Amino acid sequence: MIRRKNNQPKINTSALPDIIFMLLFFFMVVTVLRDQQVGVKFSIPDADQVQKLENQTLITNIYIGRPIDPARGNTPLIQINDAFIYKENLDQAVRQQTANDFRHQSDQAITVLKVDKEVPMGLVTDVKTALRKAKRLKISYIANATH
Amino acid sequence: MKRKINTRQSNEVNAGSMADIAFLLLIFFLVTTTIINDQGIMVKLPPYEKIDTPPPIIPSRNILTVKLNKENALLVESETMDISQLKEATKNFILNPTRSDQLAKSPTQAVVSLQNDRETSYKAYIAVYNELKAAYEELWNNRSLQVYGKDYSLLTIGAQRNIRNQIPQVISEAEPTNF
Repeated sequence: MIRRKNNQPKINTSALPDIIFMLLFFFMVVTVLRDQQVGVKFSIPDADQVQKLENQTLITNIYIGRPIDPARGNTPLIQINDAFIYKENLDQAVRQQTANDFRHQSDQAITVLKVDKEVPMGLVTDVKTALRKAKRLKISYIANATH
Repeated sequence: MKRKINTRQSNEVNAGSMADIAFLLLIFFLVTTTIINDQGIMVKLPPYEKIDTPPPIIPSRNILTVKLNKENALLVESETMDISQLKEATKNFILNPTRSDQLAKSPTQAVVSLQNDRETSYKAYIAVYNELKAAYEELWNNRSLQVYGKDYSLLTIGAQRNIRNQIPQVISEAEPTNF
């Protein structure tokens, strides 16, 4: 009796790697999903001359549309990555957001404009001018491919 | 002796299906994750210049003026036009097959000037920009079929550049005005 107690079988650990992998996958998925919180509503226009973005890591997102939160009013707002930007400090904000990341200095960096159909072009032009000042010349107007 | 072996076996948890469960979860997350699949119209902006350099003087026959007003109405060379005709009009202007002295002298000299109002909707602007790009795209494709006998998209980068030099895409955008 005593001998059996001392000689208890070891816990089987062959499933441990699988559990670790499961956790790994879980965290991988969660990181992708928690990318950016978009605070504006936008429905993108249609176009047939669209190209896929070549490099997903070198992009900066700019969203323009009416805010989802009604407390922010009903006029179209600009959101760069995670922050709302107002017209007065647009140039500075664009420069900051694009200079933060050294990777974004490269000529390959693309600024992706996700703009609502109904937004007046004045706002888009202001953003374009700010981008030109910040030397971010490659842009892409995101659209639904219709072909 | 026989009894001892039996107790040991019952203490082991069968882990053979663990890998299967892990794969199932992995596949579930792979399927439910939306892969970013953004597609867009690529545009290269002109560099910003502080000092207003006077624009180079281009004979008016080489400029196709496309205006979009705040009602999203299209005006091409001072005439209203439906967007469905814009592509053909642009192609005709660039190639000028009839050698008209109102249209571009040669494709290398052709400039498309796009002007819009601050109140123009983004949707209308993209629609027009898309048509202008489509016009160039079609011209490149036709030229490519003539010269190389295959689609533009199948050419090498050097050959594509050659085609683009023959028909350069010049879409000039003026600062929006309130007209």
